[in-house]
Amino acid sequence: MSTRSDRIVVVGAGQAGVEAAAALRMAGSGVPITVVGDESAAPYSRPPLSKGILTGTAQLAEIALRTDEFYVREGIDLRLGRAVADIDAAGRTVRLDDGDTIPYESLIIATGSKARMLPNPELRGAANVLTLRTIDDTLRLQEFLRPGARAAIIGGGYIGLEIASAAHRAGVETTILEAADRVLARVTSAPVSEFFQQIHREEGVDVRTGVRIAGFRTDAQGNVAAVLLDGAPALEVDFVLVGIGVTPRTELAERAGALVDNGIVVDKHLRSSIPGVYAIGDVSRHPCPQHGGLRRLESAPNVSEQARHVARSILGDEAPYSALPWFWSDQYDLKLQSVGLSATADTVVVRPNPGRDRKLEVFYLEANKLIAADIVGASADFAFSRKLVESKTVLDSKALADPDVPLRSLLAVASPA
Amino acid sequence: MPKVEYVLPSGERRVVEAEDGASVMQTSLNNLVPGIIGECGGELSCATCHVFVAPEWFDRLGGRSPEEEDMLQVTAAEPTEFSRLSCQIRCTADTGGLVVHVPEVQ
Repeated sequence: MSTRSDRIVVVGAGQAGVEAAAALRMAGSGVPITVVGDESAAPYSRPPLSKGILTGTAQLAEIALRTDEFYVREGIDLRLGRAVADIDAAGRTVRLDDGDTIPYESLIIATGSKARMLPNPELRGAANVLTLRTIDDTLRLQEFLRPGARAAIIGGGYIGLEIASAAHRAGVETTILEAADRVLARVTSAPVSEFFQQIHREEGVDVRTGVRIAGFRTDAQGNVAAVLLDGAPALEVDFVLVGIGVTPRTELAERAGALVDNGIVVDKHLRSSIPGVYAIGDVSRHPCPQHGGLRRLESAPNVSEQARHVARSILGDEAPYSALPWFWSDQYDLKLQSVGLSATADTVVVRPNPGRDRKLEVFYLEANKLIAADIVGASADFAFSRKLVESKTVLDSKALADPDVPLRSLLAVASPA
Repeated sequence: MPKVEYVLPSGERRVVEAEDGASVMQTSLNNLVPGIIGECGGELSCATCHVFVAPEWFDRLGGRSPEEEDMLQVTAAEPTEFSRLSCQIRCTADTGGLVVHVPEVQ
């Protein structure tokens, strides 16, 4: 079956896979392209699932990544509701779960990630324990969002906080249960955590940190009736939302013999250890251009950047992947925008915002250069921060901490004349 | 379906049909019009779908929101009085024949 082919096969029809196919066409590539995705819905954008879709400000029809006609017009062979069963790396073919075998010249693995579930055996038969990753998950969750319903959200990460804000707005009595001593502990600094804890509490969500879950009490149907807590009364619930992170879907690549270590390990051109096989998006663990080492990101902008980059790599562009990570989260009427990675910061500056208690600006510096920023309620400052990080400008942390010094002026000073 | 005309920096004009209700940004992606990126998917977070609306069309599109005004401060190409983020312009029967100019950089 190893018929020579110039076809590009993409495994995964999420944002990564579809944007990669579109980027190839945009760059003028006319080779045959097949995109295989295991969900049956037309390819869609995932971030709105926990944001606008859940709050009702966006409709499912609006989150399609492209129109149906796009794939036809561009000659992109879209196989939905199909999974790739195996990769024959030596023969350069993939075999689908319906038995079809497709030869490829280049293969892009964009299988994304799946929501982690708690290991407790008593949760196995529970129909009211949910995660949120797909349209189907969202439709299921929406049925539980009824005024007066009681929800435990396990995990105070971005997904948990976004769902808490949507659930609370829908009239659900919402409790966030976080194991760490603050929400967002894995992803951001203490000032940002404190800000969001305060916001959620002001809105009326019960935010509990340092929580130890002892187990779950189930009813006769096997559904969870209460979350059992160490050192606190059991929490009676109508449903449980588990938001404890995602796991990259690496199984297929692993079986094909690719190097996998918390993601498919790729080089600066997004090539895996198997010739002709690339990996992009949540599933890819790639060299960090800012801080060295390998990193895996779970964000839509990273997905889009990698999709465009892999198209360039396949078409022969030798430039290394160098995008700066950024991210956003919507909660209540607030938008958080983050740029850069703050782990190596030596100085954290919280900019005072007199009279604006629902605005926050936190800057992270390393050796007097801005490496990251978390901005709430100030989109223009976010964009200026992004430019300051990109320009590697030497900054005075006192100026950053002075609300009378506009960020724009720091950028103006920094720009090469 | 309403038509949108994109004028590229080279002077090339691309006329495409928009889905009713789709944004000018989304319409460009659906038709592989180069020069509009829309990195954040229309969330007013990136300013990479900047266009210059043809002057005769500008007042017919409704005003900019404060969030859009904010983001227009940070576009890669210098904004003008006719600048918009194309994710915020909806294509409807009223916008048929809309003309936008795509900047050199996003």
